[in-house]
This record gives sequence, C-alpha cells and structure tokens, in this order.
Amino acid sequence: MIGKIAWKNTWFKPLNTFLSIILLTASVSIISILMLLQKQFEEKFSSSMDNIDLVLGAKGSPLQLILSSVYQIDAPPGNISYPEAELWMNNPMVESAVPLAYGDNYLGYKIVGTNDNYLSHFDLKMSEGVPFSKDFEVVIGANIASNIGLKIGDTFFGTHGDSEEGEVHDHHAYKVVGVLAPSGKVTDQLILSTIESVWHMHDHDHGHHEETAVHHHSEEPHHHEEAVHPHEGKEITAVLLKLRNNMAKMTWQRIVPQNTEMQAASPVLEINRLFSLFGVGISALKYLAYGIMLISGISIFVALYNTLKERKYEFALLRIGGASKFQLLWLVLLESIFLCVIGFIFGIIFGRIGLYFLSVSAQEEFKMAFDPFEFLWKEEGMLFVATVAVGIVAAVIPALKAYSLNISKTLANA
Amino acid sequence: MIKTQNVAFSYSVQQNFQFPDIQCPDGQTLLITGNSGTGKTTLLHLLGGLLKPDSGEILINDQNIHQLNTSKQDAFRGSQIGMILQKSFFIEALSVLDNVVLGAWVANGIKPKQKALEILDNLGLKSHTHKLPNQLSIGQQQRVSIARALMNNPSVILADEPTSSLDDENALIVARLLKQLAEEYQSSLIIVTHDQRLKSLFNHQISLI
Repeated sequence: MIGKIAWKNTWFKPLNTFLSIILLTASVSIISILMLLQKQFEEKFSSSMDNIDLVLGAKGSPLQLILSSVYQIDAPPGNISYPEAELWMNNPMVESAVPLAYGDNYLGYKIVGTNDNYLSHFDLKMSEGVPFSKDFEVVIGANIASNIGLKIGDTFFGTHGDSEEGEVHDHHAYKVVGVLAPSGKVTDQLILSTIESVWHMHDHDHGHHEETAVHHHSEEPHHHEEAVHPHEGKEITAVLLKLRNNMAKMTWQRIVPQNTEMQAASPVLEINRLFSLFGVGISALKYLAYGIMLISGISIFVALYNTLKERKYEFALLRIGGASKFQLLWLVLLESIFLCVIGFIFGIIFGRIGLYFLSVSAQEEFKMAFDPFEFLWKEEGMLFVATVAVGIVAAVIPALKAYSLNISKTLANA
Repeated sequence: MIKTQNVAFSYSVQQNFQFPDIQCPDGQTLLITGNSGTGKTTLLHLLGGLLKPDSGEILINDQNIHQLNTSKQDAFRGSQIGMILQKSFFIEALSVLDNVVLGAWVANGIKPKQKALEILDNLGLKSHTHKLPNQLSIGQQQRVSIARALMNNPSVILADEPTSSLDDENALIVARLLKQLAEEYQSSLIIVTHDQRLKSLFNHQISLI
C-alpha cells in the first residue's frame, strides 16, 4: 500500500514528475545508444578481421587500406601489381591468401573480384545455390538478397566505381549463382565474383575509359604479354593474408614496403588505433549523459525537498493512522525510485528507437546495420543499478526528514 | 475506555504542565476546554501517544500506551485511537475513499471498502467517495476526517478543535454527530476545544487553567 500511495503521489504532481522523467530518459537513452553502438561496432569490426593477419595493398594510409579491404568502407589507396603480389602470396610462410579486386558496384553494393579462398577464409556458408566458378558468376550477401530482392538466376549490370550513379558496364551481365547465409559481417553486403570477371569487365571498357580495370591505374595493362605470364600487367586492389609465423607478421610490415611498391598493414593495429580515436568521443558523450543523469538526480531531490513542507501534514496523518516511521522513509524513497525506473524504461525504449533510425541511415551510407533489439544485460543492468542509485541518493535527505518528523509539533503548528 | 493518572509534561523549564486526571468510559464524551496556552493540544497529543509524558500514566483499555515501544505504539494508535484534527489533512493524491481506509491499508495492506462506504454513507458523503479531498467543502472535509477516525472501531476518539473552522450551523451538526457516533460505536470521545458553542451540548467537562 505504501507502494500504491507512492505511485499516486508520483502522478499527482505531473509537472515535477515529467521533468525528472525527461531528464532521466535523455541520459539513459544516450548511454544505452552509446553502449550498443560501441559494442556492436567493435563486434562487427573485430569479427571481420578474424583470420586476417596482414593486408597487402598500395602504399598510402594503412588505415585506409584496412578500411577499404577488410570493411569495404573507404576507397582503396590504389592498386598493386598482381604478379608482384603473387610472389608474396606464394611465400611458404603464408597459410592462406585472398586477393581482392574492386572496380564496380551494383546499386551501391560493392562487387569484389576474388577467388574461392574468400569463402573459406571468412568461413562463409551458402544458404542457396553454389559458389561462383566461372567468369561473371556471382554470389551475393544475405542482405542484398533481402534488400533488393536479387535471387538465383537473376542477371544485372555492374556500375563503374563505388557510387550508384556511375557508368553502367552493359557489355557483360553478372549472373547470380548463389546466396550467402547471413554472417553479421560486411560480407552480408558484398557481391563476390572471380577476379577475372572484374578484369574482363574493364578490359572491354578500355576504348572509352582512361580509367581502367581497377581504380587509379598507373599504367595501361599489357594484355598482349599474357603468353609470357598469365597475369602480367594485371592489377588487383589488395590481398588478405593469413600467416603461419608470428615473427613474419611483424617483419613483413617492415620488409614489404622496403622492397616493393606495396605496404603490409595489420588490421589489429589499425583498428585499435581507430577504436582509441573514437573511444575518446564516446567517453565524452558518456560523461555528458552521466551529467544529465546527475542533473535529473538533483531535480528529483529539489522536487522532493520542496514539497516536504506541504507534505509534512500528509506524513503526520499517516503516522496518526498507524504508519511507522520506516514506512514514511520507504514512501519517499519509493517515489524517487519509481521516477528512476520509469525514466530507465523510457530511456531504454527511446534508445532503441534512436538506434533503429541510426541504423537505417548507417545502412544507407556505410552499409552497416545495428541491431536495436540486442540487450546488453550486464552493461544495461549496471546502468539500471546506477539509475536507481541516483534515485535513492536524491531521496535520502527528504526521506530521513520524513522519518524523523515530529508529528506533535507539526500538528500543533498547523 | 481511557484513564490518566498524574500526567505531567514539560517543553522546557518555564513551560510545564500538570494535567488533571481524566476518565472517560466507552460511549461517553468528555469535553476539555481551556484558553490558548493551557496545554489542550499537548494533552491530546499525550493521549494519542504522539508525545511522551514526563511522569504519570495513560491507560487505554488498561494498556499503558507509553510502555509500548515505538513500532507497537504506532500499531496501537492505528488500531485503538482515532484522531480528528483541527484542520483536515489528506493525502491529496488519494480519493476520499482511499483516504478513509488509509489506517487499515497502511497497517495490514487490506482496504475495508465496504465498511468505509457504510461510514461515509452514515455521514452523508456517499456521493463523494471517488472525488479528491480538495474537491470537497471544508465541512465535508471535516466529516471525511471523522469517517477516517471511526474506521478501526477505535476505543478512543480524540478530537482537536473539530468545530473551530466551521460556522455555527455546521459546528452544531458536527458536534452532535460526534456525540452520536461515540455512542453508536461505543468509543470514548474526548474533545479539546475553546469553542464556547459546544459547552451546552456535553455534560462531562474539564477546564484546563
């Protein structure tokens, strides 16, 4: 019954209640969005770099190379010569190597030329159909299948570059032969085909484009010399490497740029650097949100404290009716805790709604989706405890005042 | 049944009270009168266990209420004593009905609704049970306070200036009602007041000096 009285009291002063709840909702929703974003972001990044020790690519920013080759976010820093890369790919210290050739997209989804190592390297399963084997056969990521409704047997023309509005390669159509099972990784958003498909697609274009096969070509491909070396003059964008030897992971980062026109970048190193960069921003936002929570605590305190004077008769009345001192203490604490629990629930709900909209726009811009229905039981549990603690701390002084109220004096001076 | 013996109380060395012995059997009414500063309210708070006497005994149904510890005293007050105050106080967020059942509700979590409705009906408040207290007139509010005091069939009803904020007509109505209810519910009714209008209504009177 104390609970019910507290509940009714909470809604009897709707303006005070509203203010406190809004502040709490704001802080809880910001914090929960940040926690979810950080966790899911790091999860997506970390899971995609499983099995990749080093990435071979053109010299330039190593972070750009990692982002473009592992996460398909940035544009690649340039191209590398396939024969040169092959020397390193065939090195005995390499356990597996996945070449990547970019060039085109379909409706904004990247078409990646690679080989079947890609599927095994990322441990990808087919949900329908078979892996690509011939030129111009493609396997599409699960999200593409569901988002634009491509299915097995469909054909489409790629668009040059990485934006939807590029020139359409209408000489060769790609044909969908398989759909990947959802993995939660960037591969859900990719179209995979053979490297040769990408090369052929662009060989054909040479007449109209000075820009060739793969972005920012430095020299014209020499396809007449194919007899000498089958891949002579061919270029690719990057190679994902898994090495047998830990020492090589370190030394190659130094040896490769010293001896070639390429660099070898470590995803772990670069991504940690990236996390620590935006970790600062996330911490700053979190502090802001905790600040709002502190203010909401103060607002609860002020509201409770201000009404104490008019409510002391109410307390005296309860005592006359047989309520104990402890019940009064509990009444005031409960009113504050109610506010905090309501604020927390709204915060969690609004946080999810916010993340949903964020996810929609992130998916449009970065092809990266967040799951708003994930619950971080531990972190959000801690947040709940913290919210309730704010409520208790805010109510302690008013509650003790109610507890130690002198009823006789209160009534005598009424 | 309420009885006191040699009750004394002091707020400070200058301000101390020695109260005359009081006795009020069930169903009877005792009017305690006196001017301001003679300790009327203090006596009432002592009888209700809100203050602790320096010496002397207060017996309600032969239980010395100041021998009980604080929580037992709270429970005893809830079950045996009904208090009607000078001003009517309410939990403003609760309906008239909930305010009336408050005592039992707080004490053991049950709402004796049926009984509350009977009492409210008896006091002519049946149509107001679901209103908020501040939607009632002062006279009606005072009657709600009376209904609340009667809820637990108290042995003792203590009324502090129950009529002082009412006009002549309402004051007489409330006083007669209290007297009649004390008889009906077999409670000892003690009214402390400086209201001269009541003196003619009650036989048993004590005057504090």
